[in-house]
Amino acid sequence: MKKKKAIVALAGQPNCGKSTLFNALTGASQHVANYPGITVEKKTGTYRYNGARVGVVDLPGTYSLTSYPLEERVSRDFLIQEKPSIVVNVADASNLKRNLCFTLQLLEMGARVILDLNMMDVAERRGIEIDCEKLGRRLGIEVVPTVIKNGRGRSELLEAIHRASNSRKRIDHLPVEYKSMEPLLKEIEEGLSGEKALIEHYPARWLAVKLMENDNGARIIIRRSHSNPDELLELALKKRQEFESMHGEVPERHIAYCRIQASEEISRECVMHSAGPAAATLSDRIDRIVCNRFLGPLILVGVIYLLYYLSIVQGYNVTNYTWPFLAKLRELVESIMPAPGFIDEPLMRALALWFMDSINALLNYIPIFLILFSLIALLEDSGYMPRMAFILDRIFQRFGLHGQSTLPMVLGGIYVGGCAVPAVMSCKGIPDERSRLATMLVIPMLNCLAKVPLYVLLINIYFAGHKGLAMFFISTVSILIALPVAKVLTLTVLRGKETAPFIMEIPPYHMPTIKGVLKRAIERVWIFIRKIVTIVAAVAVIIFVLLQFPGLDNGRKAHYDAEKEKAIAAFYKKTLDNPYVGQFCEKELMALILYWDEYKSAKMRANGKEATQALNRKFEKQNPAFFKIVRPGTDRAAKKANRAFKKLVKKRKGLLREIKKERIDNSFLGQIGRIMEPATRWAGFNWRVNVALLSAFAAKESSVATLGVLYQQEEDGETLESRMAKGETDFTPLHALALMLFMVLYPPCIATMIMVKIQSGSVKWMFFSLLYPMVLGVIAATLVFTGGSALGLSGLQAMFAFYGLVLALTVAMGLIKNRSEFK
Amino acid sequence: MNLNDLKPGSMCQVKKLNAKSRLGQRLMDMGIYPGIRLKIIRNAPLQDPMELEVDGYYVSIRHDEARFVEVESA
Repeated sequence: MKKKKAIVALAGQPNCGKSTLFNALTGASQHVANYPGITVEKKTGTYRYNGARVGVVDLPGTYSLTSYPLEERVSRDFLIQEKPSIVVNVADASNLKRNLCFTLQLLEMGARVILDLNMMDVAERRGIEIDCEKLGRRLGIEVVPTVIKNGRGRSELLEAIHRASNSRKRIDHLPVEYKSMEPLLKEIEEGLSGEKALIEHYPARWLAVKLMENDNGARIIIRRSHSNPDELLELALKKRQEFESMHGEVPERHIAYCRIQASEEISRECVMHSAGPAAATLSDRIDRIVCNRFLGPLILVGVIYLLYYLSIVQGYNVTNYTWPFLAKLRELVESIMPAPGFIDEPLMRALALWFMDSINALLNYIPIFLILFSLIALLEDSGYMPRMAFILDRIFQRFGLHGQSTLPMVLGGIYVGGCAVPAVMSCKGIPDERSRLATMLVIPMLNCLAKVPLYVLLINIYFAGHKGLAMFFISTVSILIALPVAKVLTLTVLRGKETAPFIMEIPPYHMPTIKGVLKRAIERVWIFIRKIVTIVAAVAVIIFVLLQFPGLDNGRKAHYDAEKEKAIAAFYKKTLDNPYVGQFCEKELMALILYWDEYKSAKMRANGKEATQALNRKFEKQNPAFFKIVRPGTDRAAKKANRAFKKLVKKRKGLLREIKKERIDNSFLGQIGRIMEPATRWAGFNWRVNVALLSAFAAKESSVATLGVLYQQEEDGETLESRMAKGETDFTPLHALALMLFMVLYPPCIATMIMVKIQSGSVKWMFFSLLYPMVLGVIAATLVFTGGSALGLSGLQAMFAFYGLVLALTVAMGLIKNRSEFK
Repeated sequence: MNLNDLKPGSMCQVKKLNAKSRLGQRLMDMGIYPGIRLKIIRNAPLQDPMELEVDGYYVSIRHDEARFVEVESA
């Protein structure tokens, strides 16, 4: 018989070092996923002890183990259904009384508990002495004092787990006495005594207490597994009423109170205070400044600014150094792919390069993410996060969000230049299911970095006289849309979602360690690479197919072939008696073209005279005959060949662009763009814009790249701005405004969508996050374009009108009262 | 008198929790129950939420939640 793998569950209240213990136990063998269908994260891992593999599950940190909120239900269901071999209850030793309430609940559930008294160093510093042996005797379980952060007590804890999982000892004493409620509990327990299978799995005492509390989870268990559920539930209800009328107090309050009294009593017996809480005052002194009425918001703005500055601005600078490596990688791929022909690019090559470009676009963000994630870890570990929530909760709460929505909103680009992926990732810190989902759903409306190129392009063409104003408009309008939308979502689709009271602990400040911060940052970057990049790669291939096929028909192909022949013939004719060209066959001609391109791009990268000279020497050595044409010097014949060849190269480039454009025009995506034109006309989008927007799905940067292809260059070096202005002569600032607003509301990119799926645990929310911004975007764009045209507004006037509208909407939505949850 | 009426710096003792179910449970979990002494530390810069000291640790709570905690000054 195969021995069942031991499972250790880590349970405890927030801020007690549970995650630190999980990391210390499992190291790199971690797996992070979600519990199916919900936003709660499930962390699992393994470790080896004495040759045996032990599975570890890190349960969400909660203050209690009731049926709601979600996190508590998840923890409880896991404990009661999966029955882990051992539950390690991680507790904050400096806060024993409150933590013991949790321990007592675990014991009542019949769990095999080891109490890990963590953060002993903090307790010692505060002059708290705990008699662990006495505490263990009193609770009937093993108590291990630790400081997991620096490894103290780790081996003792492992040994205790090992010992406990090999013993059969069960705890049979009652951890809490419910005094006047005891006789009533006895009666309910009797109603359970006949159900052997049921009480084998769920302790009768626990069920009785939970039924007395009118706990929904317990009622479900009874309904499912009791032979006569109605009678028992009826009995429990009667006992509840009996207690309430006798004592004038709801049973759950009495139960919780008895538990607190028991904890108080135990901690009084086992804890010796030699001094008052001294360490807390340092945190309090810091908070006097950090949470000060005037300084607090200033510091907050400063912190947010620094976060942006260091990660987005400085991180972007770092990408200047890392980008060449990615470019090298692309070159490497390019070099092993079949070479391009005069006008036909092999499909393999096109696909490989497209693929590399898509992946590189994301990998390019890694330095930014590494800095960003390090700073977030720094904020988390230091304890500043709860202060941020404390300061801003009032505002966010008005829109159905939560104080803890601050960080995700900042990351998403509350002003301009964030990224939705880490923003959605950080939503898991919000302790309230409804706010969590609402935050997740509005984040894509903020201005991520990748939306900026399109804004800049359009503003430069159509709002050239008011660049600063237009940029300010677009930067701030996104939050003014996101907030009322969040409110509307919480009042409608998210109405039924669970909320939790705000009440949260504000833990003392804490000095983060470099190791801890870097480890977390690298972990998160790794998640990004593993989960996002792989999927984006797959989607890139799909978009490639949509853009590449069905391709050109034979007639057009023949046309381009003829053009090619004509160009080559013209070249030969001009260089008929040229000593440098006369001997080239067509194959050599192609080789020369590639040589030319290679030389030109290498020269562009080379900076400084010396580098150029070295480059020249290298190319000359490689092929002296070609080099003579590329760099003719003063030789007249060579100069002539150079001129003729330059013409040929230019002609080829023109043909390639035309083919590319025609291919996109004909492509499936182009066809979709055309089909959509009648509908999007009202928003002012023609099919070209539609194609650009569709191609932005994989990554928003693509919109500008696609426009770049659609508005082809006539002369070398002509900017996209002037090309677009020429290409769309009937485009007005109103068109541009509608397009920018659509971009603000543009659905999340693939990477963000995947993150939404991961964090919300549901495909449904992923599709919702995709569809509703599209609808909103079309509405906003149509309103601006059709409405603006009808009223004869200029682009700038329409901009002001729209801004006023959303500002009014934001204020109005903020004034709508939230339904009070605690009537 | 309810908790949300108190000014920063004042001390009080909890008399009764008037919140049902969820909020009441959460208050108890956070160590706020009849008999316990609280100190109001500060209000947030925008006045809401407020910060309390309970048993040597700090808890933040919205005024909308604090009004369900009946207290007497101590």
